[in-house]
Amino acid sequence: MESLSWHVILPAVGAAFLASLVEVVEAFTIVLAVGTTRGWRPALQGSLAGLAVLALLVATLGPVLDRVPLNWLQLAIGILLLLFGMRWLRKAILRAAGVIALHDETAAFAAERAELGRAAPRRRGRMDWLAATAAFKAVVLEGLEVVFIVIAVGAGRGPLLPASLGAIAACALVLAIGIAVHRPLARVPENSLKFAVGVLLSAFGMFWTGEGLGIDWPGGDLVIVAFVAIFLVVGLLSVVAARMISSEERHEPA
Amino acid sequence: MSLLKTLLRETIGLFVDDGMLALAILAIVGLAAWSFNDARFDEAGAAAILVGGCLVVLVWSVLRAAYSLRTSRE
Repeated sequence: MESLSWHVILPAVGAAFLASLVEVVEAFTIVLAVGTTRGWRPALQGSLAGLAVLALLVATLGPVLDRVPLNWLQLAIGILLLLFGMRWLRKAILRAAGVIALHDETAAFAAERAELGRAAPRRRGRMDWLAATAAFKAVVLEGLEVVFIVIAVGAGRGPLLPASLGAIAACALVLAIGIAVHRPLARVPENSLKFAVGVLLSAFGMFWTGEGLGIDWPGGDLVIVAFVAIFLVVGLLSVVAARMISSEERHEPA
Repeated sequence: MSLLKTLLRETIGLFVDDGMLALAILAIVGLAAWSFNDARFDEAGAAAILVGGCLVVLVWSVLRAAYSLRTSRE
C-alpha cells in the first residue's frame, strides 16, 4: 500500500467524522423517540438488528470491491461521490440561503413520537414489531450513508482505516452526549456540517472521477485541497446568489 | 416488502435528489470521458470540462431551485 499523506487522510477522516455526526444524530433522534414512546427493549432490538445488517453489508462489500480493477473502482466511486456530495452541498446551500427549511431535530423527534403514539398499543409480553422496525429502519437508512461515505473516501487510495475511525469517533461522541442529555441533539449545527461534508465529498468525487478517467492531476493528491477550496468558495457564493434571488421577491409589490 | 421498497428508494435517494442535477453530472462525466478517450482534448481540456462542468451544474441547480421557489410564490 502506498504511504498516505495528510492532505488525503485529513479530508477523509474529516468527511467520515462530520457525515457520521449528522447521520448518527438523526438515527439517535428516532431511536430515542421509539425508546421513550414504546420502550427501550424494541428500540435496542431494532437498533442492534440494523447494526448487524450494516456489518453484513460491509463484510460483503469489502471483498467484492477488492476484486474490482482500481481505475474502475475509482471511477465508479468518484461518480457516486460526486452525485452524493453535490446533492448534500446543493441542499445545504438552499437551506443556508433560506430557500428550503432547515432540518429541525426537535420537530423530527416530536413527529416520530406522535406517529408511534398513534399506532396500536403494544401488548405485554409480545414483541413490539412496529417500534423495533422504526428503530431498525432509522439505523439502517442513516447507517447506509455512513457506510457509503467511509467506503467511498477510504477505497481506492487506502485511508479506509482512518475514515472508519473517524466514523466510530462520531458515533461514540453522539451516543455519549445523547445518553447523558437524554433528548434530541437539536443544537448540532446540522446544515453547516452538511455543507462541509458536501464540499469534502464533492472534492473527493472530482479527484477520483478524474483518476478513474486517466487524468493525471497536477500536484497529485494535493489537488484535493484545491478542489475543497474551489467547492467551498463556489458554495458560499451560491448561498449569496440564492439568498438574493429569494429575497428579491419579498421586496416586489403584491 | 414495503420495508425493502423503502430501503431501495432511500438507497437511490442517497445519490439522486434533483434528477436534473444527477443527469447533468453524469452528462459532464460522460463528456469528459468521451473528449479524453477520443483524444479530442488533451488531459487539461478533459480536466477543465470535468471541474468547470460540475461547478456550473451545481450553481445552475441551486439558482434553478431558488427561481422555481420564487415563481411558485408569485
